[in-house]
Amino acid sequence: MISRILAWLADGAHWQGDDGILRRVVEHLEYSVTALLIAALIAIPLGLYIGHTGRGRFLVVNALGAARAIPSLGLLFLAFLWLGPKLSGDIAFLAPAGLVLVVLAIPPILSGTYAGVEGVDPAARDAAVGMGMRGTEVLCHVELPCALPLILSGTRSAMLQVIATATIAAVVGLGGLGRFLIDGLAVRDTPQTASGAVLVAILALLVDMALALVQRLVVSPGLTGRYGKVSPTDAETGTAIPASALQQSV
Amino acid sequence: MTWLRGHFFDVLSLAGQHIYLAGVPLVLGLLIALPLGWLACRYRVLYPFLIIGTGLLYTIPSLALFIMLPLLLGTRILDPINVLIAMTIYTVALLVRTVADGLGSVPDVVNQAATAMGYKRVRRFMSVELPLAVPVISAGLRVAAVSNVSIVSVATLIGVSQLGSLFIDGFNRAFMDPILVGVVACVLLALLFDLAILGGTRLLTPWQRAGKASS
Repeated sequence: MISRILAWLADGAHWQGDDGILRRVVEHLEYSVTALLIAALIAIPLGLYIGHTGRGRFLVVNALGAARAIPSLGLLFLAFLWLGPKLSGDIAFLAPAGLVLVVLAIPPILSGTYAGVEGVDPAARDAAVGMGMRGTEVLCHVELPCALPLILSGTRSAMLQVIATATIAAVVGLGGLGRFLIDGLAVRDTPQTASGAVLVAILALLVDMALALVQRLVVSPGLTGRYGKVSPTDAETGTAIPASALQQSV
Repeated sequence: MTWLRGHFFDVLSLAGQHIYLAGVPLVLGLLIALPLGWLACRYRVLYPFLIIGTGLLYTIPSLALFIMLPLLLGTRILDPINVLIAMTIYTVALLVRTVADGLGSVPDVVNQAATAMGYKRVRRFMSVELPLAVPVISAGLRVAAVSNVSIVSVATLIGVSQLGSLFIDGFNRAFMDPILVGVVACVLLALLFDLAILGGTRLLTPWQRAGKASS
């Protein structure tokens, strides 16, 4: 079987053109990155607010639990049947899939963000206030940098889920790597299906590694223990994904 | 909602299938994660390997895993066993870290006290370390349960029937009712699992309530 997958992947004809692998990878990344950015724009400010003020925590924690239980496939079909007729052109397909991916990505980023801000050493916060910082300064110069490892690990697990779930966009006729899975399944072309599966897993892994690199670059060395003698934190262990922030929907 | 009235028992039997496909792997996954988590906690050298290794399993998209398992195992593609195995893999991926961290959270003095009282390693693990790790493990189990309920519905794309079948049914007929019922039923199932785990945790950790009552 593995040799048939390799043979399929090695065939140059499968890589080129409008339905080739390269085009599908680009589409897959377009959907995933757009959804992640929108989700981050919503979740990070909200998470910072909740973590900083402690307001609305109960409500948000419970809403997140319920949001995580929503099956993405069902939500996709609902959004497609509901939004599809109201929109026209490509957006009628893109908006429902985008909505599903954004809903999927918000919980891990949001919980990572508020948990990160809440987990900031109170002594560091006190020191900042003692130095004369105001609320927003404490947030931007102390809480945000200290919470960054958890925010980014939440973002990484969101990205993993989004890349995995973007495959089901193909069910409603969109592109992306899911096309190989769905089309291969429909015509019983097993090598194509299996190759698609392998490609998605590899893409997920590569993007996660890229984000791990970003995490290494932007997180303050004072937090990771790479600078002087500082107690090691979660950020040190490479896959800094707290179990609570992890949840995959596809 | 007339649709639900006409198909109530169909939905119920699909929900039963869903509970089976999501619940059995939860138990199996926990049983596999316990020794792995113990190894990761006991031998710190193994910790990063086991945590990163099992964490990688979680990066495999479920649709991809559902399709690849029959090819790797030689099972038939429509066999529900594929779904059970895939869900077990995801459960293990989530729980190894939780079990390791849970066991790690048991204070050293407690272990020393147990040893001093004559507890041998196995008995100490079963009656001291494991019970004290229950709250942390159960938190991980809740995440895994919600995740399983949601992922199982994707198995409808490879033709294994459970609540996700309602999604395909509704989508093919451009009829929202079955989809809506399916989504709500999934959320309710997740809630059910959550409550069951919370209840089990309460029963297994009577000391937590005792502490609250006296304070």
